[in-house]
Amino acid sequence: MDYIDYYKILGLNKSATEKEIKNAYRKLARKYHPDLNPNDKEAERKFKEVNEANEVLSNPENRKKYDQYGKDWKHAEQFEQAKQQRQQQRTYQGGGQSFNESDFSDFFASMFGGAGPQQGGQSVRFRGQDFHAELHLNLKDVYTTHKRTLTVNNKNIRITIPAGVNNGQEIKIKGHGSPGINGGPSGDLYIKFLIDNHTTFKRVKGDLYTTIDLDLYTALLGGDITIDTFDGKVKIKVKPETQNNTKVKLKGKGFPIYKKEGEFGDMYVTYQLKLPTALTDKEKELFAELAQLR
Amino acid sequence: MEEPTIISITTFCTQYNVPEKFIQSLQEYDLLETVEEGGVEYIRVIHLQRVEKMIRLHYELNINMEGLDVVNNLLQQVWLLQEENQELSDRLKLYE
Repeated sequence: MDYIDYYKILGLNKSATEKEIKNAYRKLARKYHPDLNPNDKEAERKFKEVNEANEVLSNPENRKKYDQYGKDWKHAEQFEQAKQQRQQQRTYQGGGQSFNESDFSDFFASMFGGAGPQQGGQSVRFRGQDFHAELHLNLKDVYTTHKRTLTVNNKNIRITIPAGVNNGQEIKIKGHGSPGINGGPSGDLYIKFLIDNHTTFKRVKGDLYTTIDLDLYTALLGGDITIDTFDGKVKIKVKPETQNNTKVKLKGKGFPIYKKEGEFGDMYVTYQLKLPTALTDKEKELFAELAQLR
Repeated sequence: MEEPTIISITTFCTQYNVPEKFIQSLQEYDLLETVEEGGVEYIRVIHLQRVEKMIRLHYELNINMEGLDVVNNLLQQVWLLQEENQELSDRLKLYE
């Protein structure tokens, strides 16, 4: 684990007074508190850092150890005990290998690595922290209601993803956050859906938008064309003399409306006229003839 | 068994170790609406999360009642703006 400069986190120098530490902590806690920064992971991370810094520096004993032992402050107590034991052993054995302060880091990494600080007693019962997770889905996946199993903190949770869920939408799974403090209830798990769209459709809530190519002759004379929707292929009638960028609405051919079973948005089709290329001499002649008529 | 929809203020305050005066202050500042049944005042379970948040802000960050009111209003605006932002960014994709 890398050394963490708690003074730097609180924006203080080593000579900071207790009052300065308290003020700096309060100021930063107000800035990064998760309740004031919803859905901001960076703020959450900084809040944790600030809390940890405060836990160490606001406690005179911890601060003294931190100042003395730097990055190994958490193990300072064990270090003191081990040192005393060594001294006793040396007394019994009448000397032996000397114990060097420079061995400090290796000594603790090998003997006490991974031990964490003990949290102070907290009498208030609080709900556990809420967890926030993101789930990537394909647009096609959310056209129908389906179930999915997620693994959160080594626990499998089977959730139902309702059809029509929106990009960025969050659902709450009650009680699957972190356990409560001092017997308080567990927090909740919030899952944010991030919907990747690999289709040719653009989606705005329940409506779908698509652009299709229309050949000159169908645009001029009208006709039937077949287009793709999420629901399969649909045949639509193109009116004669349809202009470029004409938009038509296909009612109910859009996306399912979230939590409204059987209701669908609309689909908007924009016609993009494709003019013929590589005209033959005959075609050029006929177009010229047409041009004369205008 | 059906989950309770209300919790008495006394039980809540004992569980969360906060004085009942705190809940009264929230009521005074219109930050919490309680219900009364048979002479006992209750908090709606659906409001618990909001009350917990206000306990944290008040006790952890020393934010007074006026501050909680301001924070509450601003957070509402943040949520609305986040929603609007998401919708606009989805709409913007139409032109990409």
